[in-house]
Amino acid sequence: MSMFSIFGVSGSGISAQSQRLNVVASNLANVDAVAGPDGKAYKARQVVFQTTLMGADSAAGVAVRQVTESDAPARKVLDPQHPLADEQGYVTHSNVNAVEEMVNMISASRSYQNNVEVMNTAKTLLLKTLQMGQ
Amino acid sequence: MLDKLTGALDFQTRALMLRSERQRTIASNIANVDTPGFVARDYKFGDALQSVMGGDKGYSVTTQQARTNPQHLAFSRIGELGGGSGKAELGYSVQAQPNLDNNTVDLDRERANFVDNTVRYEAALRFINGQSKTMLAAITGQ
Repeated sequence: MSMFSIFGVSGSGISAQSQRLNVVASNLANVDAVAGPDGKAYKARQVVFQTTLMGADSAAGVAVRQVTESDAPARKVLDPQHPLADEQGYVTHSNVNAVEEMVNMISASRSYQNNVEVMNTAKTLLLKTLQMGQ
Repeated sequence: MLDKLTGALDFQTRALMLRSERQRTIASNIANVDTPGFVARDYKFGDALQSVMGGDKGYSVTTQQARTNPQHLAFSRIGELGGGSGKAELGYSVQAQPNLDNNTVDLDRERANFVDNTVRYEAALRFINGQSKTMLAAITGQ
């Protein structure tokens, strides 16, 4: 029954979107993190989606291919009193852009909801098909 | 003899199979809404059903493109009922607004298509149920 692979397709979408949400959470948690002892601050991470075949021909799922780190320049804040300030008095913060992350979060959550809705609809239809002729 | 009993159900059964195939295609489009470079797929239901009924043996949906890599998406055949001769093309959705990442999924349209397809799937189911109930009533007698 071809409708069963909808669960695989939408399930892969759900897990990919939840991984994206995870990355967003990690970015947002580290938005104010400053450079550690190694002098390197937290770098914003981003997931890369890729289409994967789910067995059947027309069923195209999605998977996270890799997690990339942003190359954006780190945010520097002048705070000479800070214990981690450099010689000029600048503290290196992470390069996370909070606004971008919020937008990313909303997009991921909407896509997640869409996939859940697709699964629910497929389930309802399959249950109705099971009752055929009764 | 038995063919005459089940022949009436045949049309709706094939419509139901095509609806479930289309449901899966739309689900793939919705799952890949954020995948860069993904091309949305869909097919004209009327044409597909017509070719299914015209073939009268079974159906298969084919595309013309060649597969040069086993990793490529093969949309050559979306289903078969017996060894069919009827063919329908699985096409590419036309982009309403261009996207920077070359993804051609229009989520609003896909959602509308999905709901539309759901309702029509249920309609086909009800037709089948109604016809089978009619036949059951006829052969049960009182």
